[in-house]
Amino acid sequence: MRANKIYPFYFSLGAMLLYVVLMVIPGVAGILYSFTDWNSYSSAVHWIGADNFKEIFSGDNMYLGFIKNTLIFTVATIVLKTAIGFFLALLLNRGLALKNVHRAILFLPAVVPMLIVGLIFKSVLHPDTGLLNEFLRTIGLESLTRHWLTDLDWAFKSIIGVDVWKGAGYIMVILLAGLQTIPKDYDEAAEIDGAGYWSRIWHITVPLLVPALMITVILNLLYGLKVFDAVYVLTNGGPGYATEVMFTGVFKEFSMGRYGVGTALSTTLFLFMTIVGYFVVRWMGKEENH
Amino acid sequence: MSRKSAWAVVKNAFVWCISLVVVAPLVLIVINSLKDASQASSMGMDLPKALHFDNFSTVIEKGKLYNSLWNSVLYAGASTILCVVLAAMAAYVYSRRRSKWNKFSYMFILLGLAMPLNYFTLMKTMQMLHLVNSQLGIIILYAAVQIPFSVFILYGFVGGVPKELDEAGTIDGCGPNRLFFSIIFPLLKPSIVTVFILAFLNSWNEFTMPLYFLNSASQWPMTLSVYNFFGQFQMSWNLVSADIVLTSLPVVVLYLIGQRFIIDGMTAGSVKG
Repeated sequence: MRANKIYPFYFSLGAMLLYVVLMVIPGVAGILYSFTDWNSYSSAVHWIGADNFKEIFSGDNMYLGFIKNTLIFTVATIVLKTAIGFFLALLLNRGLALKNVHRAILFLPAVVPMLIVGLIFKSVLHPDTGLLNEFLRTIGLESLTRHWLTDLDWAFKSIIGVDVWKGAGYIMVILLAGLQTIPKDYDEAAEIDGAGYWSRIWHITVPLLVPALMITVILNLLYGLKVFDAVYVLTNGGPGYATEVMFTGVFKEFSMGRYGVGTALSTTLFLFMTIVGYFVVRWMGKEENH
Repeated sequence: MSRKSAWAVVKNAFVWCISLVVVAPLVLIVINSLKDASQASSMGMDLPKALHFDNFSTVIEKGKLYNSLWNSVLYAGASTILCVVLAAMAAYVYSRRRSKWNKFSYMFILLGLAMPLNYFTLMKTMQMLHLVNSQLGIIILYAAVQIPFSVFILYGFVGGVPKELDEAGTIDGCGPNRLFFSIIFPLLKPSIVTVFILAFLNSWNEFTMPLYFLNSASQWPMTLSVYNFFGQFQMSWNLVSADIVLTSLPVVVLYLIGQRFIIDGMTAGSVKG
């Protein structure tokens, strides 16, 4: 009883209230609304069963493409950011002059709003005046110039590239902090035993870095599935639907007043991510008990 | 030895190249924000022929930047204060008193780290609470979405404050409020600063929520108004660049001042050794 007095229950109420009212309840209510014809043109809402989900998953519409793009974006950014971040962290970890300067520079894009990054890259990737094509022309690689954001084959890759440009430094910082907790002795002992550089990385560094790598993968996974700003600013889903992801699709449904289908699309993501979240939280709980 | 130092030179040069790739687009914007309209139309790395600082005053006036700057400060500032205080109180109780219910509540809040917003039903909820197109509404919403992450970070740090202090304070006659606000909260200051900066940055950079929930331009934060400005002045890259510089300046300054706290916070929990 004393604990209840020193650590009163009502201390936790404010945070819980905001979280439940604005995140949990709308999410759960969304599950119900995704079985209705809810829209902006009429005030009546009718139960229509699983029609919205049929519309999404039947393959007659472009929705499956949104889901596919979201998954491609997520997997591609996880792999690229982790690989580049890890590589940079290794480079910065030891024997580099001005390490802190580089770390500050490489991390900088992470704090700039994605929206701003998008606007900047609309200029950088411009086919005629953009910095990238200009650079390619200057070094004589004119054949590599592209219409980065309007070419069907390149638009989505460009978005992924911009996102990696912004996010790799952040991953590097986390992995760098992880690297610095690994005692030097391990590495030195292995070196004396004659293990080569890459073999030491693979057999000593990587296994010891697994917790930090897990965190970066989870962060990128949660971010990737929810991506909106980057796509919205750079291509707004175009050309056609080539770069449309779940949340840009949701925004379009919202603008068109098709709330039922939009909610079903949101709910698909809500259920998937909450289940992923459940396993992540369980995993974090286990880690803590170690 | 000489092979090693040659490797060091290559490595340093290589890292410089990567750093250059990262800063080049940012430098490009700063350079072009100082050009006149015709020189900026090619968006090149050439230096400005004359320094046009007047671009900034033009943007401040045409983009109504004071207004959106104030909105951003208000939304990010107020929501972060609200969120940090509530999150610290909750994290404190969850960490100190690990009853079944509290453990469940903590895990339940952590689920929010993954939960995406459903903008349709959220709109309906906000309408019922009269929080749509309202500055108070966006502040409360920003605070709510930052809660899971803030509770998560602060929970870890509360564990670092010795529990004996609570007992000593209680014996000296502190009630729970005084105990928390005059003894525990001040001791949590470094982690509070970390969480504050991170939540502030996230809120400052937020674009989607105002897009959905704020209709009137006079309520827009800087991110939304710079996007709108871009729509209107696409042809004047010098002005767009100037607007981008002014919008990014606060976060870049905050980053340079609070770098240590930001990196601490972002790596907290991920590397426990």
